Amino acid sequence: MTESDLRTHAEEIHEQFSDQLEIDVDDVVDRLDTLVNDYQVPISEARRSVVNTYLDEAGMDRDQLGGGGGGNEQVQVADVDAPEEWVDMRVTVVELWDPRADAVAQVGLLGDETGTIKFTKWSKSDLPSLEEGKSYALRNVVTDEYQGRFSVKLNRTTTIEELDEEIEVGDDSVEAEGALVDIQSGSGLIKRCPEEDCTRVLQNGRCSEHGEVEGEFDLRIKGVLDDGEEVTEVIFDEEATEKLTGISLEEGKEMAMDALDTTVVADEMRQKIMGRYYRVRGPTFGRYLLADEQERLTGPVDADEILIKARSI
Amino acid sequence: MASTPTREVARRVFAREFNDASYTFKESDDDRAPVYVLLPTGQRANRVFVVGTLTETEDVGEDSEYWQGRVVDPNGDTFFMYAGQYQPDAASMLRELEPPAYVAVVGKPRTYETDEGDVNVSIRPESISEVDEATRDRWVVETAERTLDRIQRYADADLDDPAVDEYIAMADEEYDQLSVENYRQSVVGALESLQDEQAETSAD
Repeated sequence: MTESDLRTHAEEIHEQFSDQLEIDVDDVVDRLDTLVNDYQVPISEARRSVVNTYLDEAGMDRDQLGGGGGGNEQVQVADVDAPEEWVDMRVTVVELWDPRADAVAQVGLLGDETGTIKFTKWSKSDLPSLEEGKSYALRNVVTDEYQGRFSVKLNRTTTIEELDEEIEVGDDSVEAEGALVDIQSGSGLIKRCPEEDCTRVLQNGRCSEHGEVEGEFDLRIKGVLDDGEEVTEVIFDEEATEKLTGISLEEGKEMAMDALDTTVVADEMRQKIMGRYYRVRGPTFGRYLLADEQERLTGPVDADEILIKARSI
Repeated sequence: MASTPTREVARRVFAREFNDASYTFKESDDDRAPVYVLLPTGQRANRVFVVGTLTETEDVGEDSEYWQGRVVDPNGDTFFMYAGQYQPDAASMLRELEPPAYVAVVGKPRTYETDEGDVNVSIRPESISEVDEATRDRWVVETAERTLDRIQRYADADLDDPAVDEYIAMADEEYDQLSVENYRQSVVGALESLQDEQAETSAD
């Protein structure tokens, strides 16, 4: 664990004691460092141990501590990756939704720099109301998971403290950059099932759910960006595909009509975009990144810095 | 990150290093297991991405079309590629393109032994597309960066340490007569030629 990580933890501990005890952050860092780096103790245990030491010194009970309850890890939204963990968070209420059941007092979206996460607050927990747009320190919330999506639940033991500072909310989108090295099958002019709520892509005029149907045309590209270190599969929807290739759905349909073949559309697109460099941004869905924003990288590239490095090795 | 473990990354490598990458291997005994060439700077490559100048195309097939393409990098070193009936898209691109042209090539490294016992390394293209100079320039800088990273890792590696990266150890073993210094020179040469071009363009 690095010095700066340790310092973050030390500052949090310092914060917990700030009302009751004058302690020195450097001293906390030293103690954590000994436990973590010399004795290979996990950071959560190290924190517990250090907190206990100070509690003993001050003759305090754990209950008197500000923050953390001593045991929970302070996590960010993006770190939530397992159900049934007790955590503390510093978040802004992004949205409040209408609860669908009486058992639920409040439901909505919380966010921090790393993204957003759904929260549920039970009626029987008898907690104060959260307000949209305000930031809070939440202690003792429990993580939950449903179909791969995580949420947090506020409960009877949760404490809610309104913060003076505003926690900024980032989005969940990711960015990828690289050369477009492949356009996968199912790209170009495609047909989708017209049945309500079914948008499956037809294979030879058949929907895997509804059989033979009169499909509706759509444009899509399933592409692969590759930066030489890793690959990212990206889906461009109709709008993004038109921006990327300059071919609109109407033009695509005309091209296919003229050629009596829909595959000419993907072939034409391939000529326009394969091998070029792009940067895309958007949320992920399964293994795909859904392109919301995209730009072709054409600007001049600076060789100076890397040339200096190359000469110096 | 939305990456599939199954799709192989396309490595960036200049022609001089690529043509030296004569050692191939598989990671398992499975017939369908991917074949890798070992880059002399100590990284395996099952796919490459190359942007350069297509200088010559020729149908070298006897019974059926078999197209050879020569793509030159900024150092004047040549990538060779071959596309036949099993690579119809790439073959038709080589048939139709008029050299000289900037092309981007995605493909698999292939090796074959000549009657003289030399091992030649070439690319079996999955796709070839015509691109512009900006794309070529970006590839040159990117390839310089990636190559330099590999050289740095190679230089920092302690070959006596049993935990040393296995591909670096393999490169040391298989290519003991080659020096990574050659590839550092490729990097410097490629970047210098890029700067010269840019200086000429702005002087015009």
